[in-house]
Amino acid sequence: MITCSTDSVEQTRALGGAVASLTEPGDVIVLVGDLGAGKTAFVQGFAAASGVVASVTSPTFTLANRYEGQIHDGQIVVNHLDVYRFESLDEAEDLALPELLEQGATLIEWGDMIGSVLPADRLTVTINFGASDNERSFELRGDGELWLNRVDDLAAVVKPWAASDC
Amino acid sequence: MGLPSAESAFAVGGQPGPTARFDSGVNPAGVILGIETSCDETAAALVAEGQQVLSSVVSSQVDLHARYGGVVPEVAGRAHVQRIVPVIEQAFKAAQRSADQVTAVAATTGPGLIGALLVGVSAAKALALVWDVPFVSVNHLEAHLHAAFLDEPDLELPAVVMLVSGGHTMLVLMQDRLHYRVIGATVDDAAGEAFDKVARFMGLGYPGGPVIDKLSSQGTRDAIDFPRAMLNDGWNFSFSGLKTAVINYLRRNPEASTEDVAASFQEAVADVLVTKARRAAEEHGAKGLCLAGGVAANSRLREMTREACAADGLAAYLPSRAMCTDNAAMVAAAGWWRLQADGPSPLSVGGDPSWGLPESRSCQLNAH
Repeated sequence: MITCSTDSVEQTRALGGAVASLTEPGDVIVLVGDLGAGKTAFVQGFAAASGVVASVTSPTFTLANRYEGQIHDGQIVVNHLDVYRFESLDEAEDLALPELLEQGATLIEWGDMIGSVLPADRLTVTINFGASDNERSFELRGDGELWLNRVDDLAAVVKPWAASDC
Repeated sequence: MGLPSAESAFAVGGQPGPTARFDSGVNPAGVILGIETSCDETAAALVAEGQQVLSSVVSSQVDLHARYGGVVPEVAGRAHVQRIVPVIEQAFKAAQRSADQVTAVAATTGPGLIGALLVGVSAAKALALVWDVPFVSVNHLEAHLHAAFLDEPDLELPAVVMLVSGGHTMLVLMQDRLHYRVIGATVDDAAGEAFDKVARFMGLGYPGGPVIDKLSSQGTRDAIDFPRAMLNDGWNFSFSGLKTAVINYLRRNPEASTEDVAASFQEAVADVLVTKARRAAEEHGAKGLCLAGGVAANSRLREMTREACAADGLAAYLPSRAMCTDNAAMVAAAGWWRLQADGPSPLSVGGDPSWGLPESRSCQLNAH
């Protein structure tokens, strides 16, 4: 597990952008953290780094937003999901997850709630409030072989925000 | 199972295709069946001539629990599947009309959740096909723009519409019924979402809008000076920072008066919305401010809009709560206008989860 911290929304976005630099279509990133922690800000940074120019707005009501970005010559799709309003796992079926995962990188706010229907290969980003209003701490945990193989790369890209003790 | 005259309509094999009879023009005296399944509500309505609401049925008003003997999940597409037929039946019953009087079927095809959208789109296409009438694809946001006209047929344009709901927050300059342009929109959370999340954090339950509205009436609006993000900066909105500011305030002041926090938060949201809307009205020479979307039911937003319009010599258009929240009458009305302008939609049109408001080219040319 990698631990990081940020002291502003801008830094949280930058951290999201850094993680985007090593993800690929099909990747699943689960975002965990209380209201106002910065989950959407993380996705905004991730999308911007993936070449998405549209405003990334919260998908709490729409449940799933799809963005098309461009990196170098390649098109990339960023799916931004939010399962905050779900009351049962059955509802996850309506997201048509398998199709979404095929298309691009998928970030799921409150995704731990539907962990059992998600692929085993996934990155879980847990955000906690820090001592001051704008401070946040991040735990990045990769599950499955895919993320096991990427752990060194991940540590390298998030190094600017890494906690000093690791 | 009882959709009127559906079976008899199946007998029209070999007849011209569903759009053929309107090749020579659209029946202006039409009754349109509108269907809305883009989000939580399953809704159906019959509207005559794009204006006269014959019936408007929204699933939350219908006791479907008894019919199905279980809890209907809130956001699932399957809930729409369960509700769609009884809701359409109820729309016919309430209007005392039969299917042979329907001249077109309009459905929301986006934006929304694909699993939910497809239920209404499929139902609408199937009915259009068996009844041999046009199918019309309607944008949910455009439908919201038409809602105010159902309450206020004499609404004068151009007007600046504040379209504020759980999923959307935008300022739209409406030139005429089919010509409009998005002036600004939220860059993060929608206003209604901020209400819900603040209410959730305060342990007030869901949906948060009505409960914060109610609490606010007992609180002091200027008790806490919450941030007004981007107030004097462009036309866009940001409510994420406000949400976080309220949460931070409550973390630091757990003993704070819930009423004061609610009132101060609500004031900040309404202040930003109305300040930008009246500035937009001035800049674009609009004759009035119009509210649309679920947050338009908020009493403080309505009051501030009314006050701003009185001060600026503008008309205030404040539709009823039933017309602000998701409904199918607005879909039928928008469908009527779209049918006049563009003709029937092909049956190959599917659901489009991220369909933006279809801005018109001519509006941009006309806007000075």
